[in-house]
Amino acid sequence: MGEVAECGPDANPRAGSKQMKRSEQTRGVWGRVFAGAALFVCVLFAAKICLADPAGPSQIPNIFKPDSTPADSIFRLSKLVLSITGVVFLVVFSLIAYATVKFRRRGNDDGSEPPQVYGSNQVELAWTVIPGLIVLVLFLATARVILSVQDAPKPTGAIEVVAIGHQYWWEFRYPGLGVVTANELHVPVSDPQHPTPTFIKLLSADTDHSFWVPRLAGKTDLIPNHPNSTWIDPHETGLFLGQCAQYCGVQHAKMLLRVYVDSRPDFDAWVQQEKQPAVAADAATEGRHIFESTACINCHAVSGTVADGHFGPDLTHMMSRDTIASGAALNTRENLRTWIQNPDSIKPGSLMPAMKLNNHDLDALAAYLETLR
Amino acid sequence: MASETIALNEIAAGYRTIGERLHGWVTTVDHKRLGIMYIIYALMMLVIGGIEATIMRIQLMVPHNNFVSPEVFNRMFTMHGTTMIFFVAMPLVFGFGTYLIPLMVGARDMAFPRLNALSFWFTAFGGLLLYFSFIGGTGLYGAGNAPDVGWFAYAPLTAKVFSQGHSTDFWSLALLVSGFGSIGTAVNFITTIISMRCPGMTLGKMPLLAWLNLVMAGLVILAVSPLTAAQIMLSIDRYLGGHFFDTQAGGSAVLWMHFFWIFGHPEVYVLVIPCFAFASEIIPVFSRKPIFGYPVMVAATVAIGFISMSVWAHHMFAVGMTSYGNTFFTVTTMIISVPTGIKIFNWIGTMWGGKIQFKAPMLFCIAFLFQFLIAGLTGIMLSASPFNWQLTGSYFVVAHFHYVIVGAILVTIFGAFYYWFPKMTGRMYNETLAQWHFWLFVIGFHLTFDFMHVPGMLGMPRRIYTYEPGRGWEIWNLIVSVGAVVQGIAILIFVFNLLWSMFKGEPAGNDPWDAWTLEWSTSSPPPDYNFATIPVVQSRRPLWDLKHPEDPDWKYE
Amino acid sequence: MSSAAIPDLPAKTPAKIDWNLPSRGRVGMFSLIAAESAIFTIFVVAYIFYIGKSASGPQPKDVLELPVFISICLLSSSLTIHLAVRALRRLEPAGFKFWWIVTLILGTIFLVGTGREWHHLIYDRGLTVSTNLFGTTYYSLVGLHAFHVTAGLIAILTVAILALIGKVEFEYHEKLDVFSLYWHFVDVVWVIVFTVVYIVGR
Repeated sequence: MGEVAECGPDANPRAGSKQMKRSEQTRGVWGRVFAGAALFVCVLFAAKICLADPAGPSQIPNIFKPDSTPADSIFRLSKLVLSITGVVFLVVFSLIAYATVKFRRRGNDDGSEPPQVYGSNQVELAWTVIPGLIVLVLFLATARVILSVQDAPKPTGAIEVVAIGHQYWWEFRYPGLGVVTANELHVPVSDPQHPTPTFIKLLSADTDHSFWVPRLAGKTDLIPNHPNSTWIDPHETGLFLGQCAQYCGVQHAKMLLRVYVDSRPDFDAWVQQEKQPAVAADAATEGRHIFESTACINCHAVSGTVADGHFGPDLTHMMSRDTIASGAALNTRENLRTWIQNPDSIKPGSLMPAMKLNNHDLDALAAYLETLR
Repeated sequence: MASETIALNEIAAGYRTIGERLHGWVTTVDHKRLGIMYIIYALMMLVIGGIEATIMRIQLMVPHNNFVSPEVFNRMFTMHGTTMIFFVAMPLVFGFGTYLIPLMVGARDMAFPRLNALSFWFTAFGGLLLYFSFIGGTGLYGAGNAPDVGWFAYAPLTAKVFSQGHSTDFWSLALLVSGFGSIGTAVNFITTIISMRCPGMTLGKMPLLAWLNLVMAGLVILAVSPLTAAQIMLSIDRYLGGHFFDTQAGGSAVLWMHFFWIFGHPEVYVLVIPCFAFASEIIPVFSRKPIFGYPVMVAATVAIGFISMSVWAHHMFAVGMTSYGNTFFTVTTMIISVPTGIKIFNWIGTMWGGKIQFKAPMLFCIAFLFQFLIAGLTGIMLSASPFNWQLTGSYFVVAHFHYVIVGAILVTIFGAFYYWFPKMTGRMYNETLAQWHFWLFVIGFHLTFDFMHVPGMLGMPRRIYTYEPGRGWEIWNLIVSVGAVVQGIAILIFVFNLLWSMFKGEPAGNDPWDAWTLEWSTSSPPPDYNFATIPVVQSRRPLWDLKHPEDPDWKYE
Repeated sequence: MSSAAIPDLPAKTPAKIDWNLPSRGRVGMFSLIAAESAIFTIFVVAYIFYIGKSASGPQPKDVLELPVFISICLLSSSLTIHLAVRALRRLEPAGFKFWWIVTLILGTIFLVGTGREWHHLIYDRGLTVSTNLFGTTYYSLVGLHAFHVTAGLIAILTVAILALIGKVEFEYHEKLDVFSLYWHFVDVVWVIVFTVVYIVGR
């Protein structure tokens, strides 16, 4: 039994490793506590800053600045969840910090072992039951929101959109209104008194995608062979940003989303415009001829012409859009030329082939495309 | 006795050539050597996975960056995730378990030593297969090369038509092969723990590390197998023209998700439960008290194991399940927080009234408590299905799971490294360097993963190689990237400490921590046969009984 | 410190402890069976999920016939392997060899029968793994089972050869008993596959 003392608390088996001095231990402990608290306070401040509004409020897709009922229901639920988790954090963190500080070994310790406590039935029961009750409350609140958002009935007067995800662009069809467009979704603003939400059916032509415009709704995936649906009813006009949120291939990062919430008259005007076939502008017949005789029409459609391809975006009214390549570039003549000639410089790996036209043809083609208002 | 053993080892070592020593390691079936090999392999992979992460963070420091192409970035996040889960975290927990379990239950080796070796080599080979893809994958459009389908490889992106070449096949086969290794290890763990405990060590008297590894092994058996099945199905699709996940032929992409996450969720418990075990061994010793509430700790872990098999579709809340499906998985996920919370309270209860010593193992365990608490709470946020519709697929969930895997799992593994390093090598590590490692790592960790939650809440999805300016994401990405560098430095200090201490550390002795489980009764390192005579135990802390014969545990348990 | 003696753990106890733990082989085999069951469960789930979903191509009720004879053979082989191990335990080497070879034959009949069924399906009915969802799930599930039968038969063949040259002694009855657990598992899986594919799925 003599060997025991060599390993016991009286001995100094830690030969060579410095015993921490009491001041070092204390500093270590308090340093830890303060560092932890400070860091977390920093995070809270940071969160507050980012949740406040710097320039251009609608450009920041902040989930805590909802502007549509689904996003708003989620926001209100999140406030409950964050409050509960916040309180739990404060309580448990305080216990950890207190235990760490209060029960540290002091410098003048006599080396004896503290009372050996094996457990306590009452305490363990309490910290089983209380979390159980918290979970129950959270669950009930959550279940209500699941049902209210997912199983919301579609009112008459709702706009119906079919969104088809492609590698790496969005196809939007309005079956009831006879409109086909791409990448930029127009919806009417919805008055809470007389709601005119937009119900979006979500399909995919190839891999999985996800429709996510944070200020308007939570995300819902677009999965081939598995139709989904989501809905939004924006309360304010403006531009809302989002992007694909399910990895779909090499250019997943640039499959951007722009949702334009228009006033009702503006929306109706937009629909009227989009329903028209392309206007045949005589000044651009050379470009149109190039468009219709090279490979363009294999992929693209321009209604009212022979172009009826479905692999790429519908270009009938492409000049009514602010961006090209699903938001990857602004819709300018320069970008358009670059996109046609060398799409990899804007979106490397996208499925748009480089058309390799000479300068003259390229100019003519761009001029034609610019007539597609 | 010990001195003779060490002398014999030294004599033996002196007569052996490098070739013979290498041969000894390669052909070994000794669980201690296999455990160390698992750990060294995992450390090398950790560095590689860390480089992959650093490449991504440099690319994301500023919007529209051109550090790497989208193809390379997509390979980086795929390889980083696959490497870290399958070839760092799993080998680390398997390695520590392989080393410790026989010693802690009083056995001389694992139940099936040759299967043990085979399992290790399967795992190692799987990793090599995965990395061979960098040079071995070929195909159209240069689409071969390393896999770029994400570590969970959703269908139909993995179909031949969308992923040409062999990159996805390397991913699939590497996981299939290492999966066999995992199952073999699990069989060994279960059998050793059930059939090879020393006399007197009933199930209620074995160390918590043994119990928790038993639960973990059960989860591996039930969870890795579905992944094996899914990989076989994917390979049938890709090689033989099958249609399991071929949406164009009526197959279901969602079916892959179900199969993957039936593996994927228990998998994270496979990783974290052994870390609970490390904390359950380290916290008592450095608080100088027994673990608070041993029976409840066991019951809670078993409950976690069972419930974890029923929560998988919380990874699929946005996929379009019915509201009833979403509700079900919300409730199971919320329920699992109760036994998990119980464990946190029990660890605090262990510290309560103790005499805490802030050596490196304990520092890391305290950081674990703090960080696992936060990780669990962000998990609760994600369990609320509607909130999940905003948070999933974004940097919020990336921050959450890194909080668990780095902030809880890796941090306790660091603690385990420092705690058992003296036993494995016979030398003490350098405490000053360890403290530097600790503080730098914690600072870097929080810089990266605290602030990573913010871009997620501002709408930044995951797996994007670049992002648009003006969405408010720039400053957070910059801070996150800086933290990554700080963590990298901390890890370098850690590796240096290990290497330096292996040769220059102070001799540790059998029991430098004054601990209570059986491994501390052997020499450091233990002899090949572990125990000259198989011990007989009477309580959960056999060495406490020896050191305190007036006040032994078995009177109170 | 490194030269300190290891503390003296009580190697002898006051009273002799009765210490019986389950055998390693059985626990290991049950763990393996659990893992294999999980794999098969996933394939069965996929099969059930895709029942009736093949839009074109041969359908189960058109091409599948109940493989009654080979099923009886396989299930009987569970009985015969049990008899073989029991004979070995009772020190009846001739009985052991007899029943063991019968097991081998019955298992081989099953495999050959499956092979013939597949030949018929592929060449006469045009059903391959890539034809439709039924083809994919059918060949995968039945094939995975057949693979496990093959692995078992290789082990049985090895033991048969060793038995014929006189190497299998009484001492091996435990290990062969553990192996027979695997064989029983393979048979149970066949009961499930048979039910799902040939009864429910048709």
